[in-house]
Amino acid sequence: MSLLEIRNLSVSFGGPPVVDGLDLSLEAGEVLAVVGESGSGKSVSMLALMGLIDPPGRVSADALRFAGQDLLALTPRARRRIVGKDIAMVFQDPSSALNPSYTVGFQIEEVLRQHLGLRGKAARRRATELLERVEIPAAARRLDAYPHQLSGGMAQRVAIAMAIAGEPRLLIADEPTTALDVTIQAQIMALLLDLQREQDMALLLISHDLAVVAESARRVCVMYAGQAVELGTLPALFEAPAHPYSEALLAAIPQPGQTRLHSLPGMVPGRFDRPAGCLLAPRCPYAQPRCAERPALAPSRLGMVRCFFPLNQEAP
Amino acid sequence: MMNASSPSPLGEFWQTFRRNKGALGGLAFMLLVLVCALCAPWLAPHDPSQQFRDALLSPPAWLDGGQWRFPLGTDELGRDLLSRLIHGARLSLLIGLASVLLALLPGVLLGLIAGFSPRHLGPPIMRAMDVMLALPALLLAVAIVAILGPGLANTVIAIAIVSLPAYVRLTRAAVLGELERDYVTAARLAGARLPRLMFVSVLPNCLAPLIIQASLSFSAAILDAAALGFLGLGVQPPTPEWGSMLASARDYIERAWWVVTLPGLTILLSVLAINLIGDGLRDALDPKLKNGL
Amino acid sequence: MLAFLLRRLGLLLPTFFGVTLLTFALIRLIPGDPVEVMMGERHLDPQAHAEAMQRLGLDQPLHRQYLAYLGQLMRGDLGQSFRSGESVWAEFTTLFPATLELACAALLLAGVLGVLAGVIAALKRDSWFDRVLMGLSLTGYSMPIFWWGLMLQILVSVGLGWTPVSGRIDLLYDIEPHTGFMLVDSLLSEEDGAFLDALRHLILPAIVLGTIPLAVIARMTRSAMLEVLREDYIRTARAKGLSPARVVFVHGLRNALIPVLTVFGLQVGTLLSGAVLTETIFSWPGIGKWLIESIAARDYPVVQNGILLIAALVILVNFTVDLLYGLVNPRIRHAR
Repeated sequence: MSLLEIRNLSVSFGGPPVVDGLDLSLEAGEVLAVVGESGSGKSVSMLALMGLIDPPGRVSADALRFAGQDLLALTPRARRRIVGKDIAMVFQDPSSALNPSYTVGFQIEEVLRQHLGLRGKAARRRATELLERVEIPAAARRLDAYPHQLSGGMAQRVAIAMAIAGEPRLLIADEPTTALDVTIQAQIMALLLDLQREQDMALLLISHDLAVVAESARRVCVMYAGQAVELGTLPALFEAPAHPYSEALLAAIPQPGQTRLHSLPGMVPGRFDRPAGCLLAPRCPYAQPRCAERPALAPSRLGMVRCFFPLNQEAP
Repeated sequence: MMNASSPSPLGEFWQTFRRNKGALGGLAFMLLVLVCALCAPWLAPHDPSQQFRDALLSPPAWLDGGQWRFPLGTDELGRDLLSRLIHGARLSLLIGLASVLLALLPGVLLGLIAGFSPRHLGPPIMRAMDVMLALPALLLAVAIVAILGPGLANTVIAIAIVSLPAYVRLTRAAVLGELERDYVTAARLAGARLPRLMFVSVLPNCLAPLIIQASLSFSAAILDAAALGFLGLGVQPPTPEWGSMLASARDYIERAWWVVTLPGLTILLSVLAINLIGDGLRDALDPKLKNGL
Repeated sequence: MLAFLLRRLGLLLPTFFGVTLLTFALIRLIPGDPVEVMMGERHLDPQAHAEAMQRLGLDQPLHRQYLAYLGQLMRGDLGQSFRSGESVWAEFTTLFPATLELACAALLLAGVLGVLAGVIAALKRDSWFDRVLMGLSLTGYSMPIFWWGLMLQILVSVGLGWTPVSGRIDLLYDIEPHTGFMLVDSLLSEEDGAFLDALRHLILPAIVLGTIPLAVIARMTRSAMLEVLREDYIRTARAKGLSPARVVFVHGLRNALIPVLTVFGLQVGTLLSGAVLTETIFSWPGIGKWLIESIAARDYPVVQNGILLIAALVILVNFTVDLLYGLVNPRIRHAR
């Protein structure tokens, strides 16, 4: 049984769906990357999983199962017992994700009290351990610091400590390094993977940057305009992308000796210019008349792809 | 729906403004008050000071004992309430308008000076404004009237002085904000002289908050004038000022509710109408300020 | 924290001196003979007039007069009331607790109800509750409170007989003034029903005085709350699995209250302005009524230094609010 199983998840905010029929499954202890441009629905689908989409946003799914429990069938209260404990999330911008009015210690201990029932000295001792675990120096003293007194990298470590406080079985990291300095990015990624291995938790890594994903994930889901367009394994997907969009994303990674980056013309379709057929068709260099129809996600040579004319299908 | 031709700024403003139902209602009510004020001698059924000795505290016409001669009844001296309210609209609008102008012009000037001279003239001007802000508005107005003596002109002066600091602070902040922008540097480089820069380049760009502030201080002026009148320090009887009408009728409140209720309701509705218009102005002129007060 | 304190103090002193300059000028701007103005006596014979000029220092140049005035203030001498002959300071300290009690009750009412209403309106944005509340709040903000007071008096006190018309406590009770706060003193007096009677006297004036601050605080809380609820840290708090109540009140409200607190400070001026009117309507023996009566009686020493004391009070309250602002907002506290 998979740890997480998402079947036909859709989210809309009173227009065309922002997430459109997403299927995704994840085994315990696995690292999965979800990749796509901003607006591709990757963050929104994870917020839906966490139960953080408010009206007028609407979430529907055939199944949203975590460790055998149907999350959609749970009462809000029962769901909150899972969220923040078994499923935790780290967000993009650590400087705004921490509450400026409370100390680091307060915000970590809050999770310990909520989900583990730890209070007082016990909670404080555990919070110190957590800060030490995310490699913050002088951890005990840092508990009394306010978020604005921390650097971006430090704040992200605190956010990670907060997320692993409930010893989650699934950690969702939404662009965890995007807002950080380049030198810090590698450290944070290393920390996340280290924690993943050590605690045997599943890690769902959201990124717009394939380069970040390359060294960490075994499986990748590429999203475009709310749909999964390709599912594959690494490094196979890098060497032989089947979907034109995956190819374009790969071409956008700077390579040594390359003078200019390739990029797709145009933008992700918005609310009012959503094509009737393949969503990528207007921007796709390989588009053909048949692309005026909607393709379905179908098995390809190395995974799954949503394209009538997948690339790299002949065996090498 | 998009218009083929882009609307004029005024047209655009009106499009936004009229979507605000409250603001439109406020505008309609204030137009009614304005008409009353302008045409008071023709609209009012009686002279506001004429005393009908045979009809003291006559109730409004629709009540028992009321007479259609006095649609809203009479006060303790037998004066027609409706006529007094209509003439009172003149005073309230006059006080509001005069005090806004009297505060706006020097306020903007001082604000421009403080903004353009942040080293020398700015600090003393701003400290003086701080001092004025340290005194509660009505108390400062009361103190000024205590010196100058009660009356219409002094009421206007007192209220104008009280509302001065808001304009100075607003203009100065706007000037400091605008001065950092590129077009001002460009104008300076092009050799524009300071006065020209002040009035031609910078001032039109801080107009929106000033208009909004003017609407706020207009309604505050009507309230303060009525409060001064109520305390017996404003416009003196028998002039039909809304606040002083309330004060003189206070003793009869148990016998004749209308002599107190109606002037107060008129004040409330007028102030509410202006504040609604102010809200509409804010929505239409300055989307950034939308949620503030 | 100390640097922060000193910086605020540095801004406070010039303002205070400015106020003394203002109250000094106030008296000299009154048209008429200065001796008559200062002594409250009319038609003195020329010799007595000259003596008075000398005694009061009015024959000195203006800057000397101002320095003398400052010196007087430094010694704590605020002059005597013409009417009672009592020192202005003594009268102020006797009457001030009444105003403070009224203002605190009004602010408590406005703060609790205003914050609650603002939070609910923000959570139920664009619902009928939100619309009605915002309409009511604009009406409250536009309220001529002297009229509002009279209306409540006629409806609640005269019509329904629920509350007394005026005063702080029934004349039946003989309350020893220990603290000056009637609620406290009536409890200390151990007279049956005194506390309840004091409370019933307080409730209507407090509602009247609290109306405008209530409206302002409700509107301000609503807009601050709407802004805070969009913040990332609210999402983080929800992602922790905290209850909605904890998210709203612990993580949301705490941050939304920072701008609301500034408004609280600004409301002190509104409260004192309102106290003048409210105390007049309800015959509440506080400093607002005292000042208005002194102006009517041309009791200039009271007017001059009463205004000075009130201004000093406002400056002090704003200073305290600044400090509190630093306490609730760690970003300010640690700024250099």
